Amino acid sequence: MERRDFLKKSIIVVAGASVPLSALELVDPKEVLAANPDIHWAFLLDTHKCVGCGFCVKACKTENDIPFNAKVTRTWVERYVYTKDDRRYIDSPNGAQDGYTESRIDLGQGNFKEIDPENVGKAFFVPKLCNHCETPPCTQVCPVGATYKTDDGVVLVDRTWCIGCGYCIMACPYGARFFHPVEKVADKCTFCYHRITKGMETACVNACPFGARKMCNINDINDPVTQIIMNQRVGVLKDEFGTKPQAFYIGLAQEVR
Amino acid sequence: MKSHVWRTLFVVILLVVGIMVFRLFYVPSDFGSGKRGFMYSYHRFSNEGEWKAQPIKYRDTGKQKMHEYCGECHDDVVEVRTEDLHGTIACENCHGPAFDHPEDPEELVIDRSRALCLRCHTDLPYTTSERHRIPGIDPKEHNVDEMCVDCHDPHNPRLEDM
Repeated sequence: MERRDFLKKSIIVVAGASVPLSALELVDPKEVLAANPDIHWAFLLDTHKCVGCGFCVKACKTENDIPFNAKVTRTWVERYVYTKDDRRYIDSPNGAQDGYTESRIDLGQGNFKEIDPENVGKAFFVPKLCNHCETPPCTQVCPVGATYKTDDGVVLVDRTWCIGCGYCIMACPYGARFFHPVEKVADKCTFCYHRITKGMETACVNACPFGARKMCNINDINDPVTQIIMNQRVGVLKDEFGTKPQAFYIGLAQEVR
Repeated sequence: MKSHVWRTLFVVILLVVGIMVFRLFYVPSDFGSGKRGFMYSYHRFSNEGEWKAQPIKYRDTGKQKMHEYCGECHDDVVEVRTEDLHGTIACENCHGPAFDHPEDPEELVIDRSRALCLRCHTDLPYTTSERHRIPGIDPKEHNVDEMCVDCHDPHNPRLEDM
């Protein structure tokens, strides 16, 4: 073999060998997923610890570019006030993005209700977000395959593929989806997929000063949060819908749905 | 078979073939369903990578991570804070997102507003809630129009140290 031929052929071999390798790495996310086939993300919310500061909502909106002046949010905090004369009031002004700084209840449409402090029986706050259901109704109804559940258990929306029809927003029993006013597509909590896949906490978990929000890999039985879900009394929202939510709550009341 | 039947059939076949050819070019090649099957996860696989590539804004500045990163330069403040009441609040809740700090932004925008403190320190009459354990004020009466941080040190909020 001549020197020129040898060089030519070796260049071809090197080029041929390197292209499919790099192409595999970039194009085939199955390879990436296969590295962590056992991860299944779940969320734990402790309603006893929540004080309604709304730092989670602020952090979520900042991290994920959700406009503060629009009445949409990926996560929100609800306030439940039971009075001694057996009335129940529930509100979440602006999703509690500025926390609860007033004792009056926001009844909507500019109406407010001041409750006599003597009359307050019990009151508590409940943080909410997408439940990332095991059998999500929202992904079933998508007519174009734009929303889906990943192998590690997170429900995502493909922004380039979503046509904005809004079926999924209607289908979600928890009201966790909304129409993104800037991107003009359906939007929802992603469990901060860009953070958790790099080993970080979600923005809301990180921002919560009281430990009311926690995240875990529910397949890892040594994870302390998984231990709580396994060993303590936790509940899920709207169990009867058969959606198998992956957000677990400590201290649920029957009014919280 | 008569020719009018053939004609209709031909049009139908042409339509089906046309749609399938269009689909072949229009649907990305990495469309498919993962281990959760067609019903729940029929999607474009490369979209998962797009979500992973979203820009990160907040560092992990929870109680433990705060020591590690923020404390590298601001160890005096971190030391005071972690021992005290506000030690559970992440730095970035008030100081703003700092993923690339100190390069970008070089200086963080600190939220010193009353509204920020009032998120926790508004007095609400909820004796059964954890909120009740946090000292609260009536924002309509307690030094209206003044900044909380003018009197209270958020890094060391103990009243006896004021």
